[in-house]
Amino acid sequence: MSDTATTGQTAAAARPAGVRPGRRGRPTDWRAVGAFAVLTAPTVLGLGLFKYVAIGWSFLLSFSEARGTVDLGSWVGFDNYTFLLGDEAFRSSMTGVILFTIFIVPVTFGISLGLAVLLHGMRRGRAFFRTGFLIPAAVSYVVAALIWKMSLFNGLPSGVANTIGGLFGWDVQSWIASTDPPLYWIVIITVRLWLQVGLYMILFLAGLQAIPVHLYEAAALDGASRWARFRHITLPMLRNTSVAILMLILIAAFQAFDEFYNVFMTTTGNSTAPVRPPLVFLYDTALKGQDYGVGSAGAFLLTLLIVLVTLLQGRLVGFGRKD
Amino acid sequence: MRKTTRRTPATVLTYLVVGVAAVLFLAPFYFMLRAALMTGTQVTDPDWHWLPDPFTLRGFTDLFDDPSVPMAGALGNSFVIAIVTAPVSTLLGSMSGYALARISVPGRGVVMSFIVVTLMIPTSATFVPTFVLVSAMGGVDTLWGVIVPGLFNAFSVLLFRNFYLKFPQEIEEAGRLDGLGHLGVYWRLALPNSGALLASLGTLSFIESWNAFLWPLVIGQDPESWTAQIALSTFLTSQSINLPALFAGAVVTILPLVVVFLFAQRHIVQGIAATGMKD
Repeated sequence: MSDTATTGQTAAAARPAGVRPGRRGRPTDWRAVGAFAVLTAPTVLGLGLFKYVAIGWSFLLSFSEARGTVDLGSWVGFDNYTFLLGDEAFRSSMTGVILFTIFIVPVTFGISLGLAVLLHGMRRGRAFFRTGFLIPAAVSYVVAALIWKMSLFNGLPSGVANTIGGLFGWDVQSWIASTDPPLYWIVIITVRLWLQVGLYMILFLAGLQAIPVHLYEAAALDGASRWARFRHITLPMLRNTSVAILMLILIAAFQAFDEFYNVFMTTTGNSTAPVRPPLVFLYDTALKGQDYGVGSAGAFLLTLLIVLVTLLQGRLVGFGRKD
Repeated sequence: MRKTTRRTPATVLTYLVVGVAAVLFLAPFYFMLRAALMTGTQVTDPDWHWLPDPFTLRGFTDLFDDPSVPMAGALGNSFVIAIVTAPVSTLLGSMSGYALARISVPGRGVVMSFIVVTLMIPTSATFVPTFVLVSAMGGVDTLWGVIVPGLFNAFSVLLFRNFYLKFPQEIEEAGRLDGLGHLGVYWRLALPNSGALLASLGTLSFIESWNAFLWPLVIGQDPESWTAQIALSTFLTSQSINLPALFAGAVVTILPLVVVFLFAQRHIVQGIAATGMKD
């Protein structure tokens, strides 16, 4: 910090003269400590309780038999973990969410980037279209799932998808209930695309606006084609933005809950759901089934998967970083 | 020469692609409104009707008359939750952010790490134990049970800290000369000068808490404590569905956010740009 900063603070703290700027901070300024404590206490206590205590308790529960109770004491070692790893329902929920992630990540990334590049190149109407693509981002998954399930892909001849299909002479599809071929993936993927593309498009637009124009001008003078400019200027300059966005899409995909719950829920529950991602599985196990031990163990396994994939992605994208 | 040959077809193509995409993105709103304003029999008519014929508000009146879907109460709950969460969580983030940026005390780095580490914990790892904690405190079926765990946000602390690091030293010194302490400088000078960031993060927080699903579902088991999202989700899976009323429910659930969106779009865009770029 500069000299003015130090003198300003020492003067205000009314410390005796002779405390040299370099040694400031040795005698504790209790008024500063008090103010610091008042300002940070709510956040520190809140996060301490709802993150640290919660996670610590859950960690202990994951090694306990805790059905219908959250009391610790009946330790079972790794039984909850081994049970889950051997459980067909949990394993298929893990493979289901991995499949979902493999679909959703590149599609969301590609469409957001594509729209951002197109909007960025527009002279007129950019703000209008930006609003158009962003509005769905303010809609909840419940509302989106409702429109998709009861209107777009409702499986009746009156459904939008079936009406359009009818123009091409296609048969009426049941979409959500269709497992062979698994058309429900189209329903699930498009819900999330509709809600998320606008957000990531805004982030890409911010990244694009930060690229210095003179780079493009120099490239144009050299006769670089549109594609060459995109490939050799836009993509490398968007590197940090892209890494951040990939991470956001990925972590959100692994924690998918809302659209799976609402699209596949029927009057008799969600036992017929073709895919139950881990969060739905945990909800059913811990909150419906009140098995908090197994539920906690599942939460840690999912967290482990998220951490591993994030690290792996960091490694992959980290290659060729020297430029 | 290159300019004219290259630009025209590419520009036309750009507008064509973006235009078609925009129609696809806005079409679901049309399908929702169309169904909300139709009669029940017309919604399921295999013959396509572009517009409701006749227009009817029956869906909306049915929605609020239906005792099995407490939509009015649920909208009220959602409103209370969002209107408390948005300012309080933003203020708490600003307070901690200011202290971490501008008040130099021993142990500041430890507090900083304590807060930042929680960013790495995904929701999936905390919702079961948080339910256990909140239910132990008697928070099931209460509005505070929905609100309180969502008030503490390490990410907004971090954004405010970065913001206050750049807060002009001169303003702080002027406050000191006027006899203000740390808290006075924060409350009288720093906070009133953080309007843009407060508005951005507050707006995003409002939207997020209005749209939240998993946590209110977990904690609100009694219909009295349902939020709009939970009421709508329950309606969606109920035995006999009155389709126009269901879509009317979607319309009234979206409506407050569309209003927020139209008035605060600039804040939303800046907020997304700020929050998305963690590094």
